[in-house]
Amino acid sequence: MNPAATSVRRQHHLPPVPVSPFPYNPGSLLSVMNLSLEGVSRILARATELEKEDPLKRDRILSKRRIALLFYESSTRTRTSFELAAKSLGADTTLVSSLSSSIEKGESLKDTGLTLRALGAEAIILRHNSSGSAWLLEAETRLPVLNAGDGMHEHPTQALLDLRTILSHLRPGTVTVNDATLAGVTVTIVGDILHSRVARSNMLLLPRLGARVLLCGPKELLPELAAEAGPGVEIERDFEAAVRQSQAIMMLRIQAERLAGLQLDLEEYKASYQLTGQRLATLAPKAIVMHPGPIIRGLEITAGVADGVQSAILEQVTNGVAIRMAVVERSLVRSEQGGRA
Amino acid sequence: MTAIAIRGGHLVDPAAGVDAQKDILLKDGHVAEIASPGKLKHAEGAEVLDATGLTVAPGLVDIHVHLREPGQGHKETIATGTAAAAAGGFTSVAAMPNTIPVNDSPEVTRWMQAPERGASVRVFPIGAATRGSKGDVLNDYAALKSAGVVAVTDDGHPILKDNVMRDVLAAAARVGLSVIQHAEDTRMTQGASMNLGPVSFRLGLRGMPPEAESSLVERDISLVTELREARPHLHVAHTSTAGALAAVRQARRNGLRVTCEVAPHHFLLTDEHVGLYNTHAKMNPPLRSAADRDAMIEGILDGVVDAIATDHAPHATHEKEVEFENAPNGITGLETALGLSLRWLHKEWKMPLGRVLSLLSAQPAALLNLKGRGTLTVGSFADVVVFDPKAEWTYRATDSKSKSKNTPFDGWAMLGKVRWTVSEGRVVYDSLP
Repeated sequence: MNPAATSVRRQHHLPPVPVSPFPYNPGSLLSVMNLSLEGVSRILARATELEKEDPLKRDRILSKRRIALLFYESSTRTRTSFELAAKSLGADTTLVSSLSSSIEKGESLKDTGLTLRALGAEAIILRHNSSGSAWLLEAETRLPVLNAGDGMHEHPTQALLDLRTILSHLRPGTVTVNDATLAGVTVTIVGDILHSRVARSNMLLLPRLGARVLLCGPKELLPELAAEAGPGVEIERDFEAAVRQSQAIMMLRIQAERLAGLQLDLEEYKASYQLTGQRLATLAPKAIVMHPGPIIRGLEITAGVADGVQSAILEQVTNGVAIRMAVVERSLVRSEQGGRA
Repeated sequence: MTAIAIRGGHLVDPAAGVDAQKDILLKDGHVAEIASPGKLKHAEGAEVLDATGLTVAPGLVDIHVHLREPGQGHKETIATGTAAAAAGGFTSVAAMPNTIPVNDSPEVTRWMQAPERGASVRVFPIGAATRGSKGDVLNDYAALKSAGVVAVTDDGHPILKDNVMRDVLAAAARVGLSVIQHAEDTRMTQGASMNLGPVSFRLGLRGMPPEAESSLVERDISLVTELREARPHLHVAHTSTAGALAAVRQARRNGLRVTCEVAPHHFLLTDEHVGLYNTHAKMNPPLRSAADRDAMIEGILDGVVDAIATDHAPHATHEKEVEFENAPNGITGLETALGLSLRWLHKEWKMPLGRVLSLLSAQPAALLNLKGRGTLTVGSFADVVVFDPKAEWTYRATDSKSKSKNTPFDGWAMLGKVRWTVSEGRVVYDSLP
């Protein structure tokens, strides 16, 4: 090779990557990366305040504002908690799901979004099976868009509710977070990392607060390049070694719907990665056990652990309503600090 | 047809070794005379193009474009695609066969070349290698060639079966046609919409491993090696990975007829340019890693790359305004290739102007054996581009002559502005009409 031509990148100026225009609407929450740590603190604080607020007063915050829930995938927790959150702030909500709408007839996401806007929707909460769909919807409608899960990509409110859960156990009384709030805390995320938007949002958010995130799973579900996702993220293939270091263990479901032909020996998977009562008692008797749901009892987690004293799984669900109240409010109301998070 | 005298310009004709102030006379569709400034002998009555301060060069040759006709006139027509070509300085374009119907017959080939298509520049159809580009039954290459086909390929539907590819190479060699392969082992790219790497992981998109390209190039080269007595010509389309380029380099050292092209987006952009799901950064092969992109630049600078080709692939706006995974592959390229090549290869990376122009004209013309193209010696076709080599300008997709505006280069700085494009003696583009 011509030595003059080598090391092109070092020698030559190269075209820059353009700066992202997102989010267009300051009320949007597309990715955890849209939030500063001050913004995260504000959401956590508002979640607590709104949770404690008199329901009759709370009901006036978004009284008669129109919020659409646009769901292309089935969902229990996320949909219900967003809906309850919006309704408890007084908003009118409407649910559009892919199976009972013109989406079935081939309407595009852009056209569906513009239609909802024309119907008076002031914000859209989107769950979609394609990564990046929330960005498309926001660019086309310029409405506040709340990403309730886009394909394999992100699920920012899940990461925020997970953070609230972790803080309540490991850093009780925390009012504002900073880059050292979770210093010394190791959070292990186990299982189908490749297909998990929960894992991506958590691994992008938690290290910014000082946490160390360990990813654990077989190569098929956890490629080596996951370790390059960002600072503070490491891979530990040995499940027991990972659990032993953890203060919080986040178990994930095998996403059969996204495996795309990948064959997995479930018995082998259980032997290597199932969180059992015995593993938990010997390796991490004080850690909290988390799971974004839906859980498959007897696969990634035993029923005993899911229902056990270390389980924070239902607290996560409850925290979801509080976090989503704060995020929905933020989408339509400017914060007192004179700007959104 | 009136004669045209291009006076006062600086002629750069790399194939002829000319780099000097020359006047040039075009008559009856051919180059009639070349002379020192003011010395043309037969220019009386000719229309004069004043090229003072401008560069005069052979019309550019793009051996990889999708003109979408027949069948997808909402994306592009032969008329609009060749108008874009003319605006970009191209006078010859080789059109891929993934039309509807697929160009696997002399009828479609002739239809594409018919005057009713309204082409501004010369269109050289590339025929499908197999019936319907389905990768099974070979087409009649002799018949395709006599209808005007200049190469065969199943572009977009790579030929995976070893025995079929071997037969394609052998049959094409018998009639003197090149075989162009879109190298992608599609068994490794199911459901993928960008390059496999940290960026695809971060974006939650399934990735195409670079090995999907390099392994098929290696397979094809082994077939060319097997058939070396027959001297088949394998041309690797839109090379995007260091591995594929290394395989081509090695094949050439081994004396095989293996050539390759690189598209401007593959020597300028990386998978980081996908940004937040920009569908104008989605094409196949995808934008690769920085290391692969650097390898493309190195390959161009050190000469292993034979041609710059755009893979001009227009798509209607609404087709690109969808979820990234669902968006069609491809970007337009005819109007940005020269400006980007001069801006980066010449100005930034100091490649001599003649070499840049050679990659855009003489070399691709030679590669597909387009006689009388890519040079301006007397008797050649009167295919000329006249451009201001110093002009810096900003490309605006909305100004494009193409029917489609799907480009990642909207708003990019370009160097070198086309003043006139002349195709077979007719001015087909004039920036100040």
